[in-house]
Amino acid sequence: MQSLTNRVKPVDRKPMTFLEKIYLWEIAKGMMITIKHFFRRKPTIKYPEEKREFSSVFRGLHILNRDEQGRERCTACGLCAVACPAEAITMEAAERKKGEEHLYREEKYAARYEINMLRCIFCGLCEEACPKDAIYLSQTFTPSNLTRAQFIYKKDDLLIPDPNKDPELYAKALGDRKKPQ
Amino acid sequence: MNISQILFWILTVLALGSALGVVLSKNPVYSVLCLIVTFFAISGHYILLNAQFLAIVNIIVYAGAIMVLFLFVIMLMNLNAEVEPQKSKILKFAGFIAGLCLFLVIVAALKNAEAKTQAAQLASGDIGLIKNLGTALFNDYVLPFEISSVLFLSAMVGAVVIGKKE
Amino acid sequence: MVLLSFDWFLIIEKAILISIVIVASLVIAMYETWGERKVAAFIQDRIGPDRAGFGGILQPLADGMKLFMKEEIIPNSSNKFLFVMGPGLAMLTAMMTSAVIPWGGHLEIMGRTVPLQIADINIGILYVFGVVSLGVYGVMIGGWASNNKFSLMAALRGASQMISYELAMGLSLIALLMLTGTLSLRTIVEQQSTGHWNIWYQPLGFIIFFVCALAECNRTPFDLPEAESELNFGYHQEYSSMKLGFYLFAEYVNMFISCVIMATLFFGGYDIPFVNDAHLYEIWGNWAALAQVVMLMAKVIFGIFVFMWIRWTVPRFRYDQLMNLGWKGLIPLALANMVITAVVALLKYNNWHF
Repeated sequence: MQSLTNRVKPVDRKPMTFLEKIYLWEIAKGMMITIKHFFRRKPTIKYPEEKREFSSVFRGLHILNRDEQGRERCTACGLCAVACPAEAITMEAAERKKGEEHLYREEKYAARYEINMLRCIFCGLCEEACPKDAIYLSQTFTPSNLTRAQFIYKKDDLLIPDPNKDPELYAKALGDRKKPQ
Repeated sequence: MNISQILFWILTVLALGSALGVVLSKNPVYSVLCLIVTFFAISGHYILLNAQFLAIVNIIVYAGAIMVLFLFVIMLMNLNAEVEPQKSKILKFAGFIAGLCLFLVIVAALKNAEAKTQAAQLASGDIGLIKNLGTALFNDYVLPFEISSVLFLSAMVGAVVIGKKE
Repeated sequence: MVLLSFDWFLIIEKAILISIVIVASLVIAMYETWGERKVAAFIQDRIGPDRAGFGGILQPLADGMKLFMKEEIIPNSSNKFLFVMGPGLAMLTAMMTSAVIPWGGHLEIMGRTVPLQIADINIGILYVFGVVSLGVYGVMIGGWASNNKFSLMAALRGASQMISYELAMGLSLIALLMLTGTLSLRTIVEQQSTGHWNIWYQPLGFIIFFVCALAECNRTPFDLPEAESELNFGYHQEYSSMKLGFYLFAEYVNMFISCVIMATLFFGGYDIPFVNDAHLYEIWGNWAALAQVVMLMAKVIFGIFVFMWIRWTVPRFRYDQLMNLGWKGLIPLALANMVITAVVALLKYNNWHF
């Protein structure tokens, strides 16, 4: 039969030589290999304590960003939902009332904002579509939950902590990821 | 009552009890296991007589090798109580008579055993120790010993020949 | 009461010694499981268990706890009595060997000389050999009582493997015994105390013994009784919870004991190399005995490491290869070794002229 690739290696079916028949020499050779590995540096990263370096364009879980004064940036335009290929994003808009200027930057805001993390494919198209720089893919990952329902992230889960009240948590949630231009 | 007497009685009861178990148990696997216990009890007796070599060889050869083969066979044959063939009444009666005859013979034989008062020496005789045993075997009994080894060899060869036959 | 006229001190001394030996072998077996996982991990470029305690040092406790907490399942169609007896027998035969092993020299306590050995019987090696030959029962009874074809097949495989390799083991020991001229393990150790380790005189015998020890402990490359990929799980397929744990544990105890036997027979036992032990006793007293125990343990731990090293290097033998190696390879080799040793010993006995 003609081989499909040029990497085919025929199986060696020669009868064993004497050295191979007594096994000991071959076993000794194998043991030398394993003992070399025994003293080799281990590439393991002990996850919760150590973390792997992320690529600068890593796309993790979403966050809804705030501006410098801690106001929500999202204006519920729905462009992210349109851009989403997996149709994971839904939202409901509401009008900003008087006295809520310190909460929402724009006159219209998202009263409800949900991302189904089980549908999301973390492509990052939403953050590219966002005109207000509101939705961001952070460096957080590996969420785990007991029910599917809890994988539908509500606005509370997505909103970033206030940069004025909680600058540390804000910085942590933001990560040092570069937003694609 | 010293400690060897206590041990003697424990071992005796164990030996007799498990020997009865060999005969009486319905399940052949239990019979084999009882037989193994019997061997152990007898080895214990050997140790009390300071025949350590005999004791351990009894365990190695009988409990460790022969009984394993027995167990092999019994496990593979998958004997159950239901498939045990029913013996006829006449056979049972004949067995009973034969047992009684054996009993009579034993009584007759043991009747005069009292005269020989040379009881076994507890823990004092050292003929059972391996050095003395070896000396005895290879000096006084070297011919019978070698002949028996030839017998074993011929048995092995015979087994190979039978096994080779297609 | 005449009944109580025993040497109570002796009985107490032996009882303490027995409990120490048993506890020590169990603890060592426990840490063997940890060591095995660590060695496996290191050989495979991983780091192994490291969560429970520093470097995973509490991992065996966690494993044991898990096994104890698991649901215990006794199959309906199994023979219950034998099913329970199987793991017990396996453990019993694994522990029994430790009775004749000399763990160290002797201690001087309250004017009494306490040898660090449970029983110095004059058939030491034969006793070991006898107990090893009983190790088959735990496997066979467990496998049969499960009433499962796979278990039975695995048990038969295991039993035939053990019986086959016992022969070669015995023959390699006979060659050794011709040199030592005694069966008492303590005497054998004392003969080696000047650095004349038996391995220098019996290298072939040692290799045969080592291979057979691997086979007796069901270690890779001879772990056919528990060949996961061929016989589901082996003879302990139906076992769960701590009964399974006992089987697995017995394997580790066996491994420990066979390493001790190997160290005792071939590597000078508790003898400290390059040091005159008798001299050490004069300087250190009882601490010398302790040093000897530590020395024995060091040898044993190295042996255990080699066992593990082999396990994570060599793949499993096929069954026919196993039997060929045992019957056509090791037994003739051991016989040849025995004959050569006998000739040399005889020549030496006659001052090199026949």
